[in-house]
Amino acid sequence: MEKRENVISILVNNKPDVLARVAGTLGGKGYNIESLCVDVTVNPDVSKIILTTIGTKATIQKIEAQLARLIDVIKVENLTDVETVKRELALIRMTLTADNKNELIRKINQLNCKILTFNSDHCVLEFRGSKAEVDKVLETLKPLGIDDVARTGIAALERKN
Amino acid sequence: MKMKGTQILLECLKAEGVEVMFGYPGGAVIDIYDELHRNPAVKHILVRHEQAAVHAADGYARATGKVGVALATSGPGATNTVTGIATANMDSIPIVVFTGQVPTHLIGNDAFQECDITGITRPCTKHNYLVRNPDELASTIREAFHIARTGRPGPVLVDLPKNVIAAEVDYDPAKIRINATKLSLPPKPSSKKFVQMLEMLRASRRPVLLTGGGILLGKASDELRAFARRAKIPVTSTLMGLGAFPGSDPLFLGMPGMHGTYYANMAISHCDLLICIGARFDDRVTGKLDTFASNAQIIHIDVDPSSINKNIVVDLPIVSDAKSALENINRLLKDNNYAPTDAERKDWLEQIEAWKKKAPLAYCQDAEHIKPQCVIETLYELTKGKAIITTEVGQNQMWAAQFYRYDDPNTFISSGGLGTMGYGFPAALGVKLAFPDRIVVDIAGDGSIQMNIQEMATAMQYNIPVKIVLLNNGYLGMVRQWQELFYEKRYSNTDMTFQPDFVKVAEAYGWEAFRAKRPEEIRPVLEKGLFSNRPCLMDFQIAREECVYPMVRPGASISEMTLGTREMTN
Repeated sequence: MEKRENVISILVNNKPDVLARVAGTLGGKGYNIESLCVDVTVNPDVSKIILTTIGTKATIQKIEAQLARLIDVIKVENLTDVETVKRELALIRMTLTADNKNELIRKINQLNCKILTFNSDHCVLEFRGSKAEVDKVLETLKPLGIDDVARTGIAALERKN
Repeated sequence: MKMKGTQILLECLKAEGVEVMFGYPGGAVIDIYDELHRNPAVKHILVRHEQAAVHAADGYARATGKVGVALATSGPGATNTVTGIATANMDSIPIVVFTGQVPTHLIGNDAFQECDITGITRPCTKHNYLVRNPDELASTIREAFHIARTGRPGPVLVDLPKNVIAAEVDYDPAKIRINATKLSLPPKPSSKKFVQMLEMLRASRRPVLLTGGGILLGKASDELRAFARRAKIPVTSTLMGLGAFPGSDPLFLGMPGMHGTYYANMAISHCDLLICIGARFDDRVTGKLDTFASNAQIIHIDVDPSSINKNIVVDLPIVSDAKSALENINRLLKDNNYAPTDAERKDWLEQIEAWKKKAPLAYCQDAEHIKPQCVIETLYELTKGKAIITTEVGQNQMWAAQFYRYDDPNTFISSGGLGTMGYGFPAALGVKLAFPDRIVVDIAGDGSIQMNIQEMATAMQYNIPVKIVLLNNGYLGMVRQWQELFYEKRYSNTDMTFQPDFVKVAEAYGWEAFRAKRPEEIRPVLEKGLFSNRPCLMDFQIAREECVYPMVRPGASISEMTLGTREMTN
């Protein structure tokens, strides 16, 4: 069966150790978490974990069932085939030199990046978009000297059209 | 009312109906032991190793259906419980293990006897807790027992920092609230599922029931018997489910799988409908997955949704505990006045009888050497099948499963999933405490008995007269069997010819002990040892290279068995 990236949304009790239980459930079965995004929901007792992992449909269903068994997991949803809005945010720090500055400013405008800080040596950019768009921006900026990157991982929400 | 944490702990245990706990003191739990000294509300059995405390609690739980309780100190006390916890986890046994922990302000500082036991046991517990706030002690304990015993049962660990159990806080049992988000049971399956099950049953000409530990855990033995007998379906049971359906019933096929009976494996391989209840298609049961029950439609009833479609993709999944599912289907059979005629089942049951005749469980008698199968058969005969048997792991376990017939639930107690050597003896102590009037026998090998032999002291201290039937071949027998069959007899590190004189060891602990070296000594030794009111070890020096048969090679189809002296069959 075909392997693909799955987006799984998990509602959990907002307690210490819960992320470790979720991560351990995947890691213990040999599955890598490709991206991870966690924060508290509007209910301060409940957090939402959105993670992506690669696997076949059958294995992902097993993972979902294993996750649903955890006492601190309230709900598991696979958003892969659901109509969702998916967004990722990347913070990108660039090293500035006399050689790359002009080209960089042109690219920043072209790519729709937001400038958060800018001084003589470095600038920090923000970019929001799908995972593929973030990948593309990073690829475009790479030749100009990326110093460091922080990505949030994918956040996803069902559209409910 | 203000109460100390240690008092709250004991009050909570009383409220949960705990009668006995197994434990071992240490610095982090000394306050709990001080409380026990003052207030012996719960009987405490001092074991000689924490692993044994957990196995004893587990044996108690399996025999009674209640939650077993163990207590250990922090650090090494806690890590010694891990094998016991993992054993209970694999077999879904309800136990609660309390461990001491260093005071909360020292956690993470590498304090003396500190270890992250909740981290260590996260993958092998159903759930675990580190109680950081004394106000949450009572509710945590209640939650722990609730989680251990409901749904698919399992072990729960509660880690208790020393300052938390020393603190004085308000305790009012009426005000304890547990977090209920996840603690309710799964919804009952729709009645349509059972109608579908009935339809599949009507259409079937060759049905087989495959039952497991879920029948025992769900206390559904009576319902299973009623269903199998009314619908005239032969029953094969996994190791974990032995006793749920009577071993001496003509419909019973024995165990399937690697060391299953020829007729159970043939029945599964030729059936057109397999109804699996409370079993999880372990690899030791299925053999090669592609050919397992390949002619059958499969119905799988299990309380744990994650067990369904895990190893085998089934045609009708039903998420339910065994008891209510069987009650539903039994009611439906009655309402529809459905019971197959003898003629409908004739061909299938005759076929099964033919398989039973072709290759019954058997062994070659020997005038010189004791055959282990003969020891178990004689044990069965002398105890009239009424003993509660625990086992260690390996050949002893398989012979105990094959040659003793279990007619009643919870009379065969064995580490199935994890396969823990050293399990059977401490488990027997837990069983005997629950059933002091029953004969409780640990069937052991000379390898595994040495893994918890120190508990002979516990048996003497509390006068727990369990019996050990030692099948002594001077080998790690099951590994040696694999070496014989699959590694050209290279017996690497399985020869245990150097061994203590087990009779003298037992006597040194104050036990009775007897030895049998020849076949004619089997019966007199068992007669002397089984019926006295003292702990007794019976050392049977068995034929050294006896193998367990039938055997399905690892990775082969279960229809391809080696029947021992006879040829491969199909």
